[in-house]
Formats: sequence, C-alpha cells, structure tokens
Amino acid sequence: MSRFLSLHVLRLLPQVAALAVILLMISFAFPDFFRLEIQNGRLYGSLVDILNRGAPVALLAIGMTVVIATKGIDLSVGAVMAICGAVAAACITSGHSLAVTLLVTLGAGVLCGLWNGVLVAVLDIQPIIATLVLMVAGRGIAQLITEGAILTFNDPGLIFIGSGSLFGLPMPVVIWLAFGIVVALLVRRTALGMLIEALGINRRASTLSGVSTGVLLIAAYMLSGLCAAVAGIIAAADIRGADANNAGLWLELDAILAVVIGGTSLLGGRFSIAASLIGAMIIQAINTGILLSGFPPEFNLIIKAAIIVLILVIQSPRARTVFAWLSRSRGAADGAGQDRADRAGTGQEAK
Amino acid sequence: MNPRYFPLAATVAIFLLAYLVCYLQYPNMLSTRVIGNLLTDNAFLGIAAVGMTFVILSGGIDLSVGAVIAFTGVFLAVLLQSTAIHPLAAFGLALVITTAFGALMGAIIHHLQMPPFIVTLAGMFLARGMAFVLSIDSIPIRHPFYATLKGLYYKLPGGGRITLIGGLMLAVFAAGMLIAHRTRFGANVYALGGDIATAQLMGVPVGRTTVAIYALSGFLAGLAGIVFSLYTSAGYSLATVGVELDAIAAVVIGGTLLTGGSGFVAGTLVGLLIQGLIQTYITFDGSLSSWWTKILIGLLLFAFILLQKGLIHISDRRRRAAATVPAAS
Repeated sequence: MSRFLSLHVLRLLPQVAALAVILLMISFAFPDFFRLEIQNGRLYGSLVDILNRGAPVALLAIGMTVVIATKGIDLSVGAVMAICGAVAAACITSGHSLAVTLLVTLGAGVLCGLWNGVLVAVLDIQPIIATLVLMVAGRGIAQLITEGAILTFNDPGLIFIGSGSLFGLPMPVVIWLAFGIVVALLVRRTALGMLIEALGINRRASTLSGVSTGVLLIAAYMLSGLCAAVAGIIAAADIRGADANNAGLWLELDAILAVVIGGTSLLGGRFSIAASLIGAMIIQAINTGILLSGFPPEFNLIIKAAIIVLILVIQSPRARTVFAWLSRSRGAADGAGQDRADRAGTGQEAK
Repeated sequence: MNPRYFPLAATVAIFLLAYLVCYLQYPNMLSTRVIGNLLTDNAFLGIAAVGMTFVILSGGIDLSVGAVIAFTGVFLAVLLQSTAIHPLAAFGLALVITTAFGALMGAIIHHLQMPPFIVTLAGMFLARGMAFVLSIDSIPIRHPFYATLKGLYYKLPGGGRITLIGGLMLAVFAAGMLIAHRTRFGANVYALGGDIATAQLMGVPVGRTTVAIYALSGFLAGLAGIVFSLYTSAGYSLATVGVELDAIAAVVIGGTLLTGGSGFVAGTLVGLLIQGLIQTYITFDGSLSSWWTKILIGLLLFAFILLQKGLIHISDRRRRAAATVPAAS
C-alpha cells in the first residue's frame, strides 16, 4: 500500500511542484494572494477564485484525459459546451422544470459524444477529423437553437449552479471536484482504466485479447460529451445566458493543454486524471497570476506557448533518449529504447 | 477511372450541381460579377488553403494559419503606421518572418518527434500572442500604395472584376499544382504522407522536407495575411479566428485524404469555391441565417470523410483480391 501511495505521489510530483512554484511567484508579486476569508458562509480569496474560474477547463480535462488515453482527441468539446448551454437556456425559458432541463442538457452532451464515438469506433475515422465535424458544425447548431441571440434566463435553480455555494465552496468547484473523484474512482477502482490504457497503446492487440474496444471507445467520447455538457451548464449559468458564439470558445485547446501538462501522452496509454486536473489549475493560476501581477493580458498566450514548448521538449522521445544516455544506468536506457521502438512500430501499423 | 480521382470528381460534381441549383433559383448567380467576388472574398482563405493542402498531404496539420494571418495583418499595420517604410519592403519582411516561423515549427516537429497538432497549437498561441503584444486595437492602413494595389483589376466581360488579390490566389493555386505534381519536393511530400518509414528507406530527406513543408505553409499564411490586410485595409489581432478550420475543411471537401498521401491542390480550389458558394447563396437568399453556413460545411465535411472511407475500403478489398488471386494460382 505504501509503495502504491509513493508511486502516486511521485507521478503527481512535477505537476504539484509546478503549481506550487507558480503560486509562490504570484504571491511575491501580490502578497495578499493566499489570504482566505469567510463571508456569508462562503470562502473568498484568490485561491478560491482560481478553483472557481478553472471549473470549465477542469471538467473538460476529465473527459479529455480519458479520450486522449485511448489515443484519441476530442476537438468538439468547446462547441458541445455551446450547444449544451443553448439547450439548457432554451429548455428553462420555455418553462420546463430544472430537473428536466438538466436531464435534457446532459442527454444532449452524451448524444454529441455518441456521435463522435460512433465516427471514431465504428466508421474508424481519425479522431482529429471525426471530432472536427462537430467542432465546425456545433456552433452553427447552437446558434440554430438560440436563433442567433444570447438567450438569457432568470431561473434561480439554474443560476445557483453557476454562482451558488455549497459547503462553503462555490458550486462549480464542488461539481468539478466531485466529478473528478467519481470518474477517477470509476476508472482506477475497476479494470476500466487498465483496459483504456491497453486500448490506447495498441487497439488491435486489445481487441484480439478480448477487450470490447468499440464499446470502450464510444464510452470514452460519451464521457467527454457529458463533461462538456456540465461545463456548458456552468458557463451558461455563470453569465445567466447562453452565448452560442463565445461559450467555450477555444476551451478545447486549454483542455488538451491541461492534459498535456498533466503528463498524459498524446500518443495514448498511461493517464492520470488527478494530474490533468492539476494541469487545469496550473493554466488558471497562470491566467489569474498574469492579471493580478499587472502584466498586460496580451502576454498570456505567449507564456502559454512557451510552456507548451517547454513541456514538449521534456516529453519528446528524443530528449528522453538524451536523458537516458546521460544517466548512468545504461542497461535500463537500452530497455526503454527498445520499448519505444516497439511502440513506434505499432503506431505506424495502426496508421 | 482510377479510384484516385473519385474524390476530386465527386467534389467537382457537387460544385457543378450546387451551382446549377443556385442558378435555377437565382439566374444572376452565373454573372461574372458574382464569380469575381467569389474569388476576391475567398482570396486569403484560398492562399492559406494551398499551404494547408501540402501540410495535410504530408500527413500533418497546421493549426497556426489563422493566427499567422492575423499577426501579419497587425505587423503590417503597425509597421506602416509607425515607420516610413515602403509597403513592398514591409511585405518582404512579413514573409521572411512567417516563413522562418513555419520552418521553426517544422524543425520542432521533426527533431523533437512531436505530433504536428500540438506543435502548431503552440505556434497558434505564439502568433496570436505576438499580434496581441503588437497591438490590441484595429489599426487602419492608409498608405496610398494600398489604394493603388486595391485599384488594380482585370475587367471581365459582363462587368465582373478579377481583382489583384483574386488573381494572386489563382496564381498561387497554379504554382501549388506545379510544385505538387511536377517537382521532386512535391513527390517527397506525397511520399511522406504515404508512410514516413517507407519514404525514409527510399531516400526521401524526411527532415528537410518536413521543415520545407511547414515553411511553405508559413510563407503562404504570411501571403494570405498580406492579402487579408489589402482586403480589409486594416490590421486587427482578433481577426481571422478559426480560419485554419475553414482551410482544413476546404482541403478535405476538395478530396484530399486526411491521413495524407493522396489528393490534389486543384481539389482544394473547388472545395474553397463550394464554401464560397454556400455563403453567396445565403446572401442571395436573405432569409437564411449565417449559421447555416457552418452546419452545411460540417455536413459536407462529414459526407466527404464518409466518401473517402468508402473508397479506401473498396480499393483495399480490390487490392486484397488482386493479391490473393496470383497466390492461389
């Protein structure tokens, strides 16, 4: 058990360290950064703000992690957010109850995921292309639902999801924490996670060894759609309206970035939902930090680009070869090289 | 007919059919004015799509195109506003920067062995960020040379005009076709898209070709940025968001296989014109809302992906059948 724990701590160490460094750097520029206070039974402070603002990306990152672990990618999550926000607003303004609205909206998200999943698993289309269809058409569909306007609503129940608080924490934070824990337990306390990793490393081999890869793939994309639906509800509830043009715009890229920062390889296989969630918080901490420290927000994108390049260099197979060569355990390095060559070979075949 | 030509033939057929439907409803659609405007309005997208065609033919993807176009526009506007440099020199400088930018992305993709998707994503952030840093306002360009360039056109019979930028796009397409089908570089691009390992064994310089492909895409994105700044007479860092998606859609609708290795630059032109036609039709109709453009393009994308899948399936079966017959005899 202690070995299991230490393994997990080691896995999350780089991400946690990066987050801690970023938070410390912000606190140098902004001494009040760590102050938390309780007003009206709710925590307030910059840290809570980071958790709250990062909710949509954190939710998307949960689904994206599982999809990327299957060697896929889901570009449509931003558009699905817009669709689900539009569905929720249209439902609640046409007089349906909150429960019906939520069910219909989550259903819409799962349906979008099902569409993506069928394209990838049944029609065997490359994930980037398959999800590109919904990414292009999705915003059009959302505008079709809202008829081009920003649909506003006043339902207190729906607004509570965006700006209410539970257990002293903002509602979005409670939702993404709970969602992350449930999904992480689901994949790690059952064999699901291992099967997903097997599927991501070599789909053919997993199919041959009896894993129903088609069902798993579709389920992964449906989970991603569900996450996007929840994120869409939060984004719409936050501004009390559905904006088909801007809801979730480019958040798919942030979500992918969060997963990459979390150390999950885009080539599929090993994944960690906790690391992706920390990755999402790192992105949000950078955003907040840039705003707080008085840097012009224009630098935000450049800093993000620099971080991606840094991570790419660290993750790249070439760099790993160099690290392995530098370290003294030559035998282990040779083994790893062999392993990588095998994986590259299977990648070529799959293509 | 060679199955290689099926997607291209399907694209051309769809375009002619769509134009026929439009013509029957609005006879004015066939006028040279509409055709001239179709070329002018889509010029920047078309030029960027030629670069995207090469990238996709090689099995990669370039997400940075839209951001590079916006960066070029802002760069030109800022340069022309704050210095007395001649626009032609500014154009040259912009093209050098964007070409180097593309080459850098290609080098990272090749040497770090990273997926093009994530590298060009970083490139997109960087280019957009640089545009923001240069200026967050929309800067007008009032240089007299711009007015001269915008005044250049070739008059078609019937009152239509092929403007400088529309003509430039056609020239870029012609050059793209020559490079793709008549040069060694073009053959190397197709070989890379077919299979990298095989290409390497055949002696294709993989590294040099990869860098050249992304440099070409960067160069054409820069050229598209110049055309866009001529088209709008302004530079704005939030402009052309999502143009890379339109370019990818034009390439796919044009019949290029997204896994790389098969497709035609000419198809991209037809794919581009189909997108332009949808927009023109919606403008003519007046009652349809603009979001139908996105939905229709999404549906077309889906239809073409299915078509490609079907074709691959058929040719695979044929090949397998051809392979088993001699073995049996």
